[in-house]
Amino acid sequence: MVVDALKAVVVVLLMLFAIVIYMGYDYLESKRPNNTAIAAADAALEITNGIHVQSGLVEGEGLKLVIQNCTPCHSAKLITQNRMTETGWKSTIQWMQETQNLWDLGDNESSIINYLANNYAPQKKGRRAQLENIEWYEME
Amino acid sequence: MKTNRREFIKKSAVVTFSGMIGIPIVFGRWMPKDYVPVVFDQDNFHRKFNKDQDMVVLNDKPWNAEAQAHILDDKVTPASSMFVRNNGLVPNQIDPTKWTLTIDGESAVSTKSYSLEDLKRFPKYTYQLTLECGGNGRNEFDPPAKGNQWSIGAVSSANWTGVRLRDLLEDIGVKDDAVYVGYYGKDMHLSGSPNKNPISRGVPITKAMMEETLIAYEMNGEDIPIIHGYPLRLVAGGWPASASGKWLHRLSIRNKVHDGEKMEGQSYRIPCDPVAPGEKVEDDNMCIIESMPVKSLITYPKSGALLGSKKSLDIRGHVWAGELDVKEVHYSIDFGMSWQKCRLEPPANRLAWQHWYASVSFPEKGYYEVWARATDIKGNMQPMIVPGWNPKGYLNNACHRIAVKVG
Repeated sequence: MVVDALKAVVVVLLMLFAIVIYMGYDYLESKRPNNTAIAAADAALEITNGIHVQSGLVEGEGLKLVIQNCTPCHSAKLITQNRMTETGWKSTIQWMQETQNLWDLGDNESSIINYLANNYAPQKKGRRAQLENIEWYEME
Repeated sequence: MKTNRREFIKKSAVVTFSGMIGIPIVFGRWMPKDYVPVVFDQDNFHRKFNKDQDMVVLNDKPWNAEAQAHILDDKVTPASSMFVRNNGLVPNQIDPTKWTLTIDGESAVSTKSYSLEDLKRFPKYTYQLTLECGGNGRNEFDPPAKGNQWSIGAVSSANWTGVRLRDLLEDIGVKDDAVYVGYYGKDMHLSGSPNKNPISRGVPITKAMMEETLIAYEMNGEDIPIIHGYPLRLVAGGWPASASGKWLHRLSIRNKVHDGEKMEGQSYRIPCDPVAPGEKVEDDNMCIIESMPVKSLITYPKSGALLGSKKSLDIRGHVWAGELDVKEVHYSIDFGMSWQKCRLEPPANRLAWQHWYASVSFPEKGYYEVWARATDIKGNMQPMIVPGWNPKGYLNNACHRIAVKVG
């Protein structure tokens, strides 16, 4: 009898222990939303043809800082789609700090702005561009 | 086949990812069932939201994607071809049985909350309503404007069903000093802050009172797809689509122009007076965009048609002009030296796009571009070049064109 009761207690304790571990992992995981970006920056800097494969960002000095500080909140596509001057990128960062909860970038700010201004600078388009990348196909 | 391939890529990406961060079991195992880190999620959009394979993803956090002209050929836009413009993150827990719409504000005589069932007891209306992103065509501005670089596909015209906003406003009671109706949605700010709204815009009281302005609970006869605002969306056709708030849970009847997120500053505003390209404009000199300008699309054929020995081609598409009807559509195959009139149908209802048709004959073999140009009932015509530059790159209604080769 006593042995059976002890066994039951041990089983219950083990189950509780398992549940606590399970919930603990769950809780920890829920508290690390930015892991993807940081880990990607540390360990996944795979570059093909001058492009960082996972983000689509151009390889260059400051790439890692940009991945770490920009992609936790928004997609790298918001960077790769856009073209701005140094002043333009700087004011965009200020706007994000003033209105979008972007943190103080400290000493990294100038490296980030240099990366963006060097790799994503405006190009002249004129009043109307040629049609480009036409995929020709035989009409039925 | 394609789905299987993507599924495979997704799976291998997650495995690789787990390996990279050095905690393979814990991270992989405790991930929510359908969670994929943003960096691996780029190929997932079409399957996740049942979108046509030819939708182009511009941004994956937040989701932004546009159609290409040839997948907008249907008279009524199916959900699969409808552009997605999100400012924040799609709400992940939606319980329609607990969903409410609260209407309040300085100019509301009373405050009320309606369940979805309450709303469905009001008279039900269906309209085909054209929604175009204010920034559609932004990618052509020079100097470039920041934001998602939409080309031509951020426009749709679906059937929306729901209750007239006017009927709800009359149920609440609107004071004489009412100016604007602002909306609030359940989408989450990108920073994750629960205290920030990604977007909270709206419409003036006059637009809110129009019979086509709906609080919609159906799109094309079905529940609104989650990415388009399930279970409730304000739909204000003919205006920048940002006025049509998704995941709607609160409306505020304001005694001033609504001051929610992206109503002020430079968002969805253009210079009150024209400016030179690149000129800086102070916030005070920026005016809110209301009705969208006249515009057209060639939805058939797809650009790049090789006609071989044929010298004629049937073309078609849609035209729209915000609050206005379109009066005429023309096409040109000689870069605007001569224009031919197209056959134009009336809209299904006010604020729906109209369909146009033409049969083109090519005089000789060679490279051609077919350009389409719409004219609204006030005589406003689409420009062939990119129209007035503005700091945020809105309202590019330049003519659409496709490339064709004969012979």
